[in-house]
Amino acid sequence: MTRLSRQDSLFLLLVVFLTLATPILLQPFPEGSSLAQFNAGYPDLMQRFAIYGIFAMGFNILFGLTGYLSFGHAAFLGVGSYSVVWMYKLLGFNVVPGLILAVITSGIFALLIGYISLRRSGIYFSILTLAFAQMSYNLAYSVFTPLTNGETGLQVYGKDPQYLMGPNSPNSPHFFGLAMIDSVKLHLAGWEFTFNIGYYFTAVIAIIAFYIALRIFRSPFGLMLRAIKTNRTRLDYSGVNTRPYMLTAFVISGMYAGLAGGLLAAMDPLAGAERMQWTASGEVVLMTILGGAGTLMGPILGAGFIKYFENIFSKINESVLHDWFGWLPHGVQDFVVAVINPFVGEGWHLTLGLIFVLVVVFLPGGIMEGFQRIWKAFGRKSVDSSAQTELNPAE
Amino acid sequence: MDAIILQILNGLDKGSAYALIALGLTLIFGTLGVVNFAHGALFMIGAFCAVTLQKLMGLSFEQVDPTQKDFLGNPLKVQVPYVESWFGHDIGAAIIDWSVPLAILLAIPVMVAIGFAMERGLIKHFYKRSHAEQILVTFGLAIVMQEVIKYFFGANPIQTGAPEAFTGSFDFGALLGFSPDVIIYPYWRMVYFLFAVLVIGAVFVFLQFTTFGMVVRAGMVDRDTVSLLGININRRFTIMFAIAAVVAGVAGVMYAPILSPSFHMGMDFLVLSFVVVVVGGMGSLPGAVLAGFVLGILQSFASMNEVKAIIPGIDQIIIYLVAIVILLTRPRGLLGRKGVMED
Amino acid sequence: MKFDKINRRSFIKSSAVAGAGLALPTIFTSSARAYLNEPKGSTVKLGFNVPQTGPYAAEGMDELRAQQLAVEHLNGEGDGGMMNTFSSKTLKGNGILGKKVEFVSGDTQTKSDAARASARSMIEKDGVVMINGGSSSGVAVAVQGLCQEAGIIFMAGLTHSNDTTGKDRKANGFRHFFDAYMSGAALAPVLAKAYGTDRKFYMLTSDYTWGWTQADSMKTFLEEKGWDMIKDVRTPVGAGDFSSYITPVLQSGADVLILNHYGGDMINSLTQSVQFGLRDKQANGKNFEIVVPLYSELMAEGAGDNIKGVYGSMNWNWQLDNPGTKAFVKSFGEKYGAPPSNSAQTCYVQTLLYADAVERAGTFDPCGVVAALEENTGSIAGIDSPSNKGFMFDGMGTGKTMYRSADHQCFKDVLVMKGKESPTNKYDILEIVETTPVSNVWYEPDNEMFGGKDASLGKCNSGA
Repeated sequence: MTRLSRQDSLFLLLVVFLTLATPILLQPFPEGSSLAQFNAGYPDLMQRFAIYGIFAMGFNILFGLTGYLSFGHAAFLGVGSYSVVWMYKLLGFNVVPGLILAVITSGIFALLIGYISLRRSGIYFSILTLAFAQMSYNLAYSVFTPLTNGETGLQVYGKDPQYLMGPNSPNSPHFFGLAMIDSVKLHLAGWEFTFNIGYYFTAVIAIIAFYIALRIFRSPFGLMLRAIKTNRTRLDYSGVNTRPYMLTAFVISGMYAGLAGGLLAAMDPLAGAERMQWTASGEVVLMTILGGAGTLMGPILGAGFIKYFENIFSKINESVLHDWFGWLPHGVQDFVVAVINPFVGEGWHLTLGLIFVLVVVFLPGGIMEGFQRIWKAFGRKSVDSSAQTELNPAE
Repeated sequence: MDAIILQILNGLDKGSAYALIALGLTLIFGTLGVVNFAHGALFMIGAFCAVTLQKLMGLSFEQVDPTQKDFLGNPLKVQVPYVESWFGHDIGAAIIDWSVPLAILLAIPVMVAIGFAMERGLIKHFYKRSHAEQILVTFGLAIVMQEVIKYFFGANPIQTGAPEAFTGSFDFGALLGFSPDVIIYPYWRMVYFLFAVLVIGAVFVFLQFTTFGMVVRAGMVDRDTVSLLGININRRFTIMFAIAAVVAGVAGVMYAPILSPSFHMGMDFLVLSFVVVVVGGMGSLPGAVLAGFVLGILQSFASMNEVKAIIPGIDQIIIYLVAIVILLTRPRGLLGRKGVMED
Repeated sequence: MKFDKINRRSFIKSSAVAGAGLALPTIFTSSARAYLNEPKGSTVKLGFNVPQTGPYAAEGMDELRAQQLAVEHLNGEGDGGMMNTFSSKTLKGNGILGKKVEFVSGDTQTKSDAARASARSMIEKDGVVMINGGSSSGVAVAVQGLCQEAGIIFMAGLTHSNDTTGKDRKANGFRHFFDAYMSGAALAPVLAKAYGTDRKFYMLTSDYTWGWTQADSMKTFLEEKGWDMIKDVRTPVGAGDFSSYITPVLQSGADVLILNHYGGDMINSLTQSVQFGLRDKQANGKNFEIVVPLYSELMAEGAGDNIKGVYGSMNWNWQLDNPGTKAFVKSFGEKYGAPPSNSAQTCYVQTLLYADAVERAGTFDPCGVVAALEENTGSIAGIDSPSNKGFMFDGMGTGKTMYRSADHQCFKDVLVMKGKESPTNKYDILEIVETTPVSNVWYEPDNEMFGGKDASLGKCNSGA
């Protein structure tokens, strides 16, 4: 094993710090203030940040490094979720067997799909992966209902065997007795911070996943993947068989997706078929590009950004707006609310679409490029940009 | 036999819609090298041109009819369309009745304008960018378009009727010597198929027999060389984009009576039309049309009870299954060329 | 600085530790709550989880409007709507238990995943005590399960699958809307009367759980009336073009087509069936007929003229002639300029029923609310069954209605509707053909279609 460079170690430490401090960082506004609407430090959303961060990280190993755009990664997410819920049904609510199975089954799935799809490149590859994922989704929704419980979503019923359930085992997902839904709340002046076991469980896994991704990015293997992205033909002509490298990358990224799917079910014991739909595959593509494909941190930020929008902006309704602008004279207030209203609440999709367009027009490198520009403006060198450009060959 | 003829007929109109959308997508892929995720949205906007015209034509003023009551018990206000009061009842009613085909006249300028605005304002900056970024920007645009439509028209599908003359269906069975009522086919779907053939034919004639078309075809093969020859390829790209938008738009207008337009219908068609384009072969116009009809007809066959009895759920996955088989046996789709969109 | 613990087990553990004499601050135990999200201030928050994007956004919007109206009425604004006609007189327009009612809204996207995410954020972030709304059974079952696990009350919105109060019933969940079984039971006699008893029917069924339960019910009840099923064909959800499923119907020998579709699928399959001329045909010497078991007026509007003369069933309709309906249609219509849909009525009533149960229980504690909604205040006349007991109420637009204690399903009359032949305005598209009395749609809680003997509510969970 090579050691991480000093810069990478600092970067990793920063990520660890940010992840662990998330419950505080995402709760900047005191409870009861009108801006509390924008607080995101509640367990469900924090868990989703970490989980979709893992999903996007894994996707980025494939797309960011090799340039192969998979449009079917949601299939692995779904397979992971179903694996975990089936383990709940058969064994009990400990998440460990399920997560292990999730990684294995999604790996096998990825091996099969990858083996076939990687025979083609470019958009042909994208459509092949899309076709596999859509088939999985359509079947899971209807014909495979005995296996997936179809539209309702797979869940645990009282009559399930749960062979490993002891009389005192917790009745919700847990990690050797630590229930995922347990939290400790800290009230500090007007603020309220929630430290949730589920979140910290996912956060630790996310940090490990991040560390592995970092090692892959810096490894000779990662270098090879970049070489494939730059010029595959040249590699083929120089006698390198690129297929095994590609397949490995595909399987690793499929396993990341499976792990993320498994964690979704570990936090909330239900697996819905929509997790496999093409819109879910598209979402991770958007997260990665929005954040900055090929950068380590970008996809995670992209994931956070989209999830934040989905969960926070969709909840701003007209009466919340009237609350905010209550200080304005009546006519003006109605006008301001009428102007803003189409962009929030039921209109959150519109704002998201506009942001996609604006980001890609003005920040071709995604959110990471925005950060880098700010960094540069302060005359400092970005951590991640160096991570991206300086390739540290190992050994 | 009769069932087979019936499913071929069913596949034709579905195939027509796939082929028309795929044709536009391929024009944009082939000439501009842009992956346009907003193409489904253009189809949807076309369908809403039909809705808009039908609503505009139905625009009415209120006359209070004291003999009837509305749901709150107040005197009922009866709507009288302006068109009827201007042109007299009969002609006015005919215009309202024919508003879907008439909407083509509305859709062409609207789609040209949208196509121009999209290409000049946004897409042209993305010719040199990666496909992934093209996907992000066009997908963002598609969301914006569909949310704008939702804001003005609501989320429910809006039923948009075909002209009275085309309601009802034609008995093919009687024509072919089968017993009556066995093979029937709605008139409007026949109109749609003929319309699709016409539009596809027009696009091919345009590309085949005009200088403009020749340059565009040359550009599809080798854009750089064509620009080196001193031909202003950019202006032609804009026009091509507008044409592709118009094809999608009129396809949407005419499809409105078959599928009640709703703001998300574009997304429903988007994925399928991409599959169609790729199965046909990137950059191949005949390929797109062929794949559209082939997949449409295969999908119809897969929906037959006899087939579903053997393989349950086959109708849900047939298109994807066929796509996988074709892409594995024919690396560049049915009629694709080497080197297009393979990087 | 004060801490509080969320889970009872860890709370017990930590208080045991405190009891053991370890130095822990005393506030640690005293601030622990009796139940999840106990409202401490002068307000209480309800969560309205409805589809705001996707194909059911219009239904979601109508539900949200009704919920907002209910909140206004609870807080004493507006004309009070059905609060004036409601048989229980506990609601005074001063909020619930004197606390002003606030609400948060969220987007289910009609996906069980997104709906649960939205519901969890309401529970964890906004501290709601009750969640109401939704427009699909998949979502209802998923969110109901979540509310049970978390420990708050779920008042289901539009959900028509037998499973919601059948095999997936939960102690913390309540359904006011009717179900597929009731639709079948109500429709079959009317259909037999209108179309005769020797009919052959063909069904197109949405290929997912709701479609299947609907098809099951229709088959059972129509076969009881002597009808023969030719075939039940499953169609993919969101197929768009149903032509290849419709064309075989003609040669099948059937003379009735039953469309077990909802929403956009219903609009398209009905429109296309009419385009294929099914309704102008004769089969077996009879007129060919189409039936849509579950109607929604928003969707009926989308199908336009094609709906004329087509039978279907509904939970409630604004044209009903009773004081509750009149009061509700008046306040909804004056505020929003359109009559409320049947899902709007369900959400409005569910909100008031919840508020009333809290008042009667004297607490927001979910277990108290469950007990109040299960309170035995009478039974439905004419049904001799030990399970015929529960909370009886009236004046909410559906006549004498009972929330059955055994499975938390509301029992009331079911409306059989028909597309109106000559509508006078754009809201006047359906007419009430018959009001099937509740005794005809009654079933026992252990009915096979509802999970049989295995189905159980479980215990109420207050999240403490």
